[in-house]
Amino acid sequence: MIEIKSVYKSFEDRNVLDDISFTFENGKTNLIIGQSGSGKTVLMKCLVGLLTPEKGEVLYDGRDFIAMDKHEKKALRREMGMIFQSAALFDSLSVLENVMFPLDMFSNKTYRERVKRAQFCLDRVNLLDAQNKYPGEISGGMQKRVAIARAIALQPQYLFCDEPNSGLDPKTSLVIDDLVHSITAEYNMTTIINTHDMNSVLGIGESILYIYQGHKEWEGTKDDVFTSTNKRLNDFIFASDLLKKVKEEGGK
Amino acid sequence: MVKPISTLGKYMILMGRVFSRPERVRMYFKQYVNEMAQLGINSIGIVLLISFFIGAVICIQIKLNIESPWMPRFVVGYTTREILLLEFSSSIMCLILAGKVGSNIASELGTMRVTQQIDALEIMGVNSASYLILPKILGLVTMIPILVTFSIFAGVIGAFCTAWFAGIMNATDLEYGIQYCFVEWYVWCSFIKSLFFAFIISSVSAFFGYTVEGGSIAVGKASTDAVVSSSVLILFSDLILTKLLS
Repeated sequence: MIEIKSVYKSFEDRNVLDDISFTFENGKTNLIIGQSGSGKTVLMKCLVGLLTPEKGEVLYDGRDFIAMDKHEKKALRREMGMIFQSAALFDSLSVLENVMFPLDMFSNKTYRERVKRAQFCLDRVNLLDAQNKYPGEISGGMQKRVAIARAIALQPQYLFCDEPNSGLDPKTSLVIDDLVHSITAEYNMTTIINTHDMNSVLGIGESILYIYQGHKEWEGTKDDVFTSTNKRLNDFIFASDLLKKVKEEGGK
Repeated sequence: MVKPISTLGKYMILMGRVFSRPERVRMYFKQYVNEMAQLGINSIGIVLLISFFIGAVICIQIKLNIESPWMPRFVVGYTTREILLLEFSSSIMCLILAGKVGSNIASELGTMRVTQQIDALEIMGVNSASYLILPKILGLVTMIPILVTFSIFAGVIGAFCTAWFAGIMNATDLEYGIQYCFVEWYVWCSFIKSLFFAFIISSVSAFFGYTVEGGSIAVGKASTDAVVSSSVLILFSDLILTKLLS
């Protein structure tokens, strides 16, 4: 479980995050949604320590991440996995080597055990056949799946996904959503997904935080979305005619 | 005035992170070997090519410009050797390498930054500055004396080729001149200077690449800044080192 309490972050005179508090629950896919520029990515960067909030607390199962020294932060980061918008695979390494990287760096297993674990993770995302290819030789969807395999190689407790469906077709997006959702349940992780893909919101949003211009506007589940009277949320989620019709039919 | 001081401060902080204890020595060693190949071995070709032709041109120019009846004939060989040993194979070769290796390092790290690969390392708990930059610095510093040695030999062979094939002077006079009053310390001076230059090229270029903010235009600018800054610093430190070592 990750709790954030009264988090503030500003750049020069502009408040990007303004008094945000929320609890990201364990074993659930927690979504952060909001329009472009609303502060979703800044919040995620504050959560993983790439940015430091000016005020507030970020608690990982009660451990205050901001108050930790660099060694403690480093240790905690080994419990995290992250899937970036661009997948962020290492170009010079093959798919298998990318997945093995965290194992090579931090695991005390033998080489054979590390290869076995990496192949297991690749098999989990149905990419064992591509293990000898390089990131430049595979599609964007496959790169995201490799990123998922790399993120779970060390069996993290916390998984962060920054717009995992960005640049993918709807069908591949569903595959990625299903994978992240099933892996979250399988490893009992706290998963936080930063997205503005409405299919993800309505499909896997077990806990949703809606940010509007840097502040918390709404929270709930995917089912609550259909009954919500929050105008900003409704304008954001049901912007398209298709989704408006879905709402009118009560989400059926 | 504030910006250069601020940049120097950021560079020192980055170097502090670079020279911290590695997480996994085995992984760093693997990177170190890769960097020796990428930065050093892959530069041997261009070093040989440029040194060969510059050695030949130095020999021809000296022959044409300082030859006179009262000047001993071996002076051409002697001067060619001194130029190669004292300046060309260390300083000028490192200026050339600042272009090739420096831009390579800056653009590689800059691209890793804008494609979030460096962020990915940080999230994993890896000291990305140390893991990416330390092997580059050590790799180039290790390989530079070898490159300097290749450069000196290629330059001397280039000079001999002007005697053997172009026939502009007697090869025996050239050989005598090259061996005349040989001072071993000058070879060491060349190596010592090149070690400093290798550190400048790798660390300064890595600094510009690692601290890129933005997209592809920023990567291109970082690459240019890396080459210009490395070159200026090499020239400046050459002045100081030449004074200290002579």
